[in-house]
Amino acid sequence: MPKNIRFVQGNEACVEGALYAGLDFYAGYPITPSTEIAEQLSQRLPEIGGKFIQMEDEIASMCAIIGASLTGKKVMTATSGPGFSLKQEAIGYACMTEIPCVIANVQRGGPSTGNPTHVSQGDINQARWGTHGDHAIIALTASNHQDVFKMTVDAFNMAETYRTPVILLFDEAVGHMREKLIIPEKGELEIVDRLRTAVAKDVDYHPYLPREDGRLPMSDFGAEHRYNVTGLFHDMWGFPSNNPKIVNELLRHLVDKIENNVQAITRYKEHCLEDAEYILVSYGSSARSAIHLAQNRRNKGEKIGVLELQSLWPFPTELVKEKCSDAKAVLVVEMNMGQVLTQVKAAVKSPDRVFLANRIDGQLITPSNIKQLLRVIQGRGV
Amino acid sequence: MNSRIRMVFSGSGGQGVITAAIIIAEAAVIYEGLNATQSQSYGAAARGGATRSDIIISDKEINFPEVTQPNILVCLTQEAYNTYSSIIRPGGILLTDKRYVQTTRKVDAKQIELPMYETVMEKIGKPVVFNICVLGALIGLTEILQAQSVMTAVADRVPKDFLTMNNRAFDLGLVLGAQFRR
Repeated sequence: MPKNIRFVQGNEACVEGALYAGLDFYAGYPITPSTEIAEQLSQRLPEIGGKFIQMEDEIASMCAIIGASLTGKKVMTATSGPGFSLKQEAIGYACMTEIPCVIANVQRGGPSTGNPTHVSQGDINQARWGTHGDHAIIALTASNHQDVFKMTVDAFNMAETYRTPVILLFDEAVGHMREKLIIPEKGELEIVDRLRTAVAKDVDYHPYLPREDGRLPMSDFGAEHRYNVTGLFHDMWGFPSNNPKIVNELLRHLVDKIENNVQAITRYKEHCLEDAEYILVSYGSSARSAIHLAQNRRNKGEKIGVLELQSLWPFPTELVKEKCSDAKAVLVVEMNMGQVLTQVKAAVKSPDRVFLANRIDGQLITPSNIKQLLRVIQGRGV
Repeated sequence: MNSRIRMVFSGSGGQGVITAAIIIAEAAVIYEGLNATQSQSYGAAARGGATRSDIIISDKEINFPEVTQPNILVCLTQEAYNTYSSIIRPGGILLTDKRYVQTTRKVDAKQIELPMYETVMEKIGKPVVFNICVLGALIGLTEILQAQSVMTAVADRVPKDFLTMNNRAFDLGLVLGAQFRR
């Protein structure tokens, strides 16, 4: 078998990406349709000297990866809707304490236990605002296995670069489908390693005192330096503070470090977009149907293109505005009641020309579902 | 090759329908350098219940992974046949097993009924390799992939001690299918 070509599920592509990025600690609680991620890692991590723990629930899993990350490990957990809900408080803790971690949410139908074995994209807004309080977050997604791999590597890199939780918003269709994955050679993709402090042992280390470039070097907890970590607003020592200046500065820092880097974080793909009159904005498995339709209609001479978003948070508002500026109409193709639609409407000059092509019955939206709406918009009948 | 092959394998849980689907798609990707997708709809049952897997094989990019009109449809139970026979693409190939399926003549397709289960039981005596015999029959019938590619993919997935038995089942299928090659 050729070494680097694999035929795998999307969930396995995520596992391969995580290992490529340097994952060495996973804690999780299995849940459909994300279980294959835990299953594979339970075998793979011990083989490379990493740690896999099946925890008692999703809350504990999230807390375990936060702790492990603080000691210097690259960490992730994986879950789906109900588990993602349980993890929210601890995700907020990781935002506040600026601890790098990756959370994969392979989306299924919700709310509640919903539709476990079927596809949905209903957690887009939960990824953004699931935890309480003002904060910023990064969420990435992908429509095919090569991109699942790449976005997983990017997620680990961004978690380290910005010292933040990063959400991978995959979905059941991509997670369970099998297709080709070519695993890149070592060195082919950039890997961002932990930025560790240069402060010597027994010399005062300020965990929350930024360097000149704004980054916060870390010290492996329990190793060379003693410091405090808290979910309360805190000073440069990591000790609790309600000093208005400190509170104000920390909250602005937490939001700005991500929102000011939208361009660097933005990931997207264009398909037949150059002269498109009708633009389909999509992501994840629904983008596969959008691309299928666009290529099909192109062959028949219609000017249709797809803007495939791979980073959903921070939302690439400027990108959407620019790419959709000349479109006669924009269709947002997604499997929810219009979560990205709202963002697209807010981004473009003419929100009245933005339409929703959705499906919420647990079935993958089909190219003909999209085509039907497109024909109505084009004034070509039902 | 025909630029795009769309297949649906259907039957009952436990017959190895999904495994067969994975093997053929894997053979296409890894041993013939093609693109393939394999997907399935499933509920919570481990055994029993209707099973369906969609496979697309192409030398081009594959986006939408579901099959609405298969060129090749395999039905291994009566229920699967009754449910899916109508979706076959006109002129396609519909492969069924004689023991499990009574066919009607309502569809515009080449219907091939083969005694795959009976042959496996007679020559090998183990129903577990039935699905591999079906794969052999499909390759013998259609030649969509080289037999060697599929057999190598079988070898990748099957425990070593069972390989001879699986190869034999594949060969039996190959011979059965080849009689009806067009």
